[in-house]
Amino acid sequence: MTLAATAAHAALAAHPAPSGFLSPTGVEIAFLLVGIATLGAALVTVTTKQLVHAALWLVVALGGLAVEYLLLTAEFIAWVQVLIYVGSVVVLLLFGLMLTRAPIGRSPDADSGNRWAALGVAVAAAGALVWVVVDAFRTTWIDLDGPAQGSTEATGSFLFRHWVLPFEALSVLLLAALVGAIVLSRKRGKEQS
Amino acid sequence: MNDVLDVALRLVIVFAVFMVLPLVVGQTEHKVMAHMQGRLGPMYAGGFHGWAQLVADGVKFAQKEDIVPAEADRRIFQLAPAVALLPYLLVLVAIPIGPSEGAVGQVVDAGIFFVLAVMGVGVLGSLMAGWASANKFSLLGGLRTAAQLLAYELPMLLAAASVAMAAGTVSLPGILDAFEWWWLPWQIVGALVFFVAGLAELQRPPFDMPVADSEIIFGAYTEYTGLRFALFLLAEYAGIVVLCGLTTVLFLGGWHGPFGADGLGWVWTLLKTAVLAFVVIWLRVSYPRLREDQLQKLAWTTLIPLALAQIALTGIVKVAIS
Repeated sequence: MTLAATAAHAALAAHPAPSGFLSPTGVEIAFLLVGIATLGAALVTVTTKQLVHAALWLVVALGGLAVEYLLLTAEFIAWVQVLIYVGSVVVLLLFGLMLTRAPIGRSPDADSGNRWAALGVAVAAAGALVWVVVDAFRTTWIDLDGPAQGSTEATGSFLFRHWVLPFEALSVLLLAALVGAIVLSRKRGKEQS
Repeated sequence: MNDVLDVALRLVIVFAVFMVLPLVVGQTEHKVMAHMQGRLGPMYAGGFHGWAQLVADGVKFAQKEDIVPAEADRRIFQLAPAVALLPYLLVLVAIPIGPSEGAVGQVVDAGIFFVLAVMGVGVLGSLMAGWASANKFSLLGGLRTAAQLLAYELPMLLAAASVAMAAGTVSLPGILDAFEWWWLPWQIVGALVFFVAGLAELQRPPFDMPVADSEIIFGAYTEYTGLRFALFLLAEYAGIVVLCGLTTVLFLGGWHGPFGADGLGWVWTLLKTAVLAFVVIWLRVSYPRLREDQLQKLAWTTLIPLALAQIALTGIVKVAIS
């Protein structure tokens, strides 16, 4: 108790600015609550035994992430998140599930012996990402009253001024994947005929 | 307090539009289809040319028993109509109807992405309905819905991106502010691609393969009765309103018109939307249903190359005039 109080005091002293660590403004409380809901939905996604329910919980988790982006004023990223992940990736997932098998009720074989290895990888990846983000943005605060820092214009100019090379490299990578997919599907067609 | 009142008033107006316009489109469809097919359509309900037919239909739907099949996944089955309908209500908030600040529910900075993203979510409702009904026809309908969405989402996005390039902004009011009359011939290919892809996304005839009644009864909605079924139908007509409104705003200049720019802008928007809605109905009466392979072929080999060509043209002209 006293330890937490001192820690909180130290945190406040470190940031004398109005933006203390998790000062209870409405936006920050909302951010935390949505974050918890997103985490919960993600956990249900990987633990539920019902395949289609897992896909639908994934929608909740991805939508929660979009809300988090919105709360961080990154409106453009938020809508792209909904468009790509909820609108396309999950639809593709559901399409695949319905095309192969999508039983109503539990799938007893929806389990894997690798679950502990998967848990380890997930925890390691999450740890690395959280550490990087915390380390990178430790003292950065978003000014909610000023102009939106994550508006489409800001995002666009930032992306194409400072991050053009990674952006182009990524598009080449995606193009390679696309070409690879076409090559693979054509090869299989030849074998059949 | 004033802000709260302002927001509440806007939401009430958007909700009223959301409740009224789809019914108007539905009634128009009844009458237009009837006259194109040489019959009268509804004539009795409400007295004058059966204007209250859809209200009567609504009362009928509300009286029906709400049945959930025994084998169905109850919660998802019951949730699906809401997931199908609500996105269209959200989209309506962002569509500007006139030039002034007060003529749009809420100015969204990334407007195009907002409307396309949220409209894409609506299709999840059909997928949920198709899967949760525990019915082979429903599952087939859901499958076809998903395949159709995957095929037509891309050309729709590309066509919208072309307008965003032309205007230099992705905000819907911003696009209208930048609009000039010669955009009409410049973006006409994009407009056609957008409208056709939108029709396919709404599963309207001739793209109604997912609900083809002669093959799979009513696709994903086969097991639904009563109010939930009515909600799916309402979603379809709300979708028509949203698609026509969006095409108007993106490609036809929204509130711009030959005259009466001040104060009469909303009339132009509504007029253009109404004409497009009429075209949607007209297409339903005139074209036979496309087969699944024809559907996919149209999207991948016709619409996407056309949309890409439109983007190239937009880029060239944009560079040439700047």
